[in-house]
Amino acid sequence: MSAFWTLVARDLRLAVRDGGAIGTALGFFLVVVALMPLGLGPDLNLLGRIAAGILWIALLLAALLSLGRIFETDYDDGTLEVLATGSLPLELVAAAKALAHWLSTGIPLALLAPVLGILLNLDLKAYPVLIATMLAGTPAVSFLGSIGAALTLKARRGGLLLALVVLPFYIPTLIFGISAVGAAAGPGGFGASFLILLAISLASLVLGPLAAAAALRIQLQ
Amino acid sequence: MILAGANGSGKTTLLRALAGFLLPLEGTIRFDGGDPEKSLAEQAHAVGHANAVKSNLTVRENVTFWADYFGDAKSSPDCGARALAHFGLSALADFPAGYLSAGQKRRLGLCRILVCNRPIWLLDEPTVSLDAASTKLLAAAVNTHTASGGIAIAATHLPLGLERARELRLDAQGSAA
Repeated sequence: MSAFWTLVARDLRLAVRDGGAIGTALGFFLVVVALMPLGLGPDLNLLGRIAAGILWIALLLAALLSLGRIFETDYDDGTLEVLATGSLPLELVAAAKALAHWLSTGIPLALLAPVLGILLNLDLKAYPVLIATMLAGTPAVSFLGSIGAALTLKARRGGLLLALVVLPFYIPTLIFGISAVGAAAGPGGFGASFLILLAISLASLVLGPLAAAAALRIQLQ
Repeated sequence: MILAGANGSGKTTLLRALAGFLLPLEGTIRFDGGDPEKSLAEQAHAVGHANAVKSNLTVRENVTFWADYFGDAKSSPDCGARALAHFGLSALADFPAGYLSAGQKRRLGLCRILVCNRPIWLLDEPTVSLDAASTKLLAAAVNTHTASGGIAIAATHLPLGLERARELRLDAQGSAA
């Protein structure tokens, strides 16, 4: 198992040294959300009502920007082939890299979201729920995204292809993430939606690395 | 063993098949005397055309990562330092690998095969961008490895100056000649 954590630690160190990937995702998130009130006008009630949806959509798009890098840099410099000859199964290599993506991109995005909620007049009661749903939902974003990243590895300028492959998988996360935030503001609890969101994340935690490793085996041929 | 042959005769394909990236259309790959629990790829170091060097990490961090990643109980903690010393990179250990020259990066990539013991070395054109002195260092490493019972298969166009080397020549159709 130490090889797994070694790989996670190296990916995190590279993400911090590089800086660009996290910065791009956070910057894009900020820009999209900051432009929304300007486009929609200063109707506070309207903004408050759609805030959760905007934050979730912007988060998914921002995460998409950084997904390609999960495997691409390692593939380009030959590291991925060497990782594949290690004693760690390719499934765990994919899991380690997706986990590192979640830690380095998913969590910063989830923590930035409530700050940006201020721009959208998000209901005060919704803040803790928003952070909870985003922390619960972003693992699915990273682990499902790793499948798309592995599939489009060899496609040059595969960014658009990656978005087309991955976005359909994100729809359940998006729907239940938004409905959990919405339900928390209303009379009903947010329990059901939140639990489904957690279930999606847990399922993708298992299935994502399996599918990504299968795709990587084909790509490495 | 030296793999020789013209460009496109299948040297890289053969090495990649041995490393487990390509499935052979017919025939099987078997490693007599290896650990039956492990696949051949897990007992081999594969050095391809790319160096697998991260330019944002320092030279030492690159080597330490591979030592930890491949690490088994037998490898000693200072094996990374010894690998760097063998290829003459100790003085550069704290430099980011991005500042190295092409030949130095190649040497850093080759350090990987020394950080942990694996019986088979698959070297695909290992001498690319190495100078004469560095090629001697590589040959010395391969000779030490084969002297202790290891196997090294290298595809190369240059004479490496290896002891105990046999040659497998592939012709243009890719069959052994």
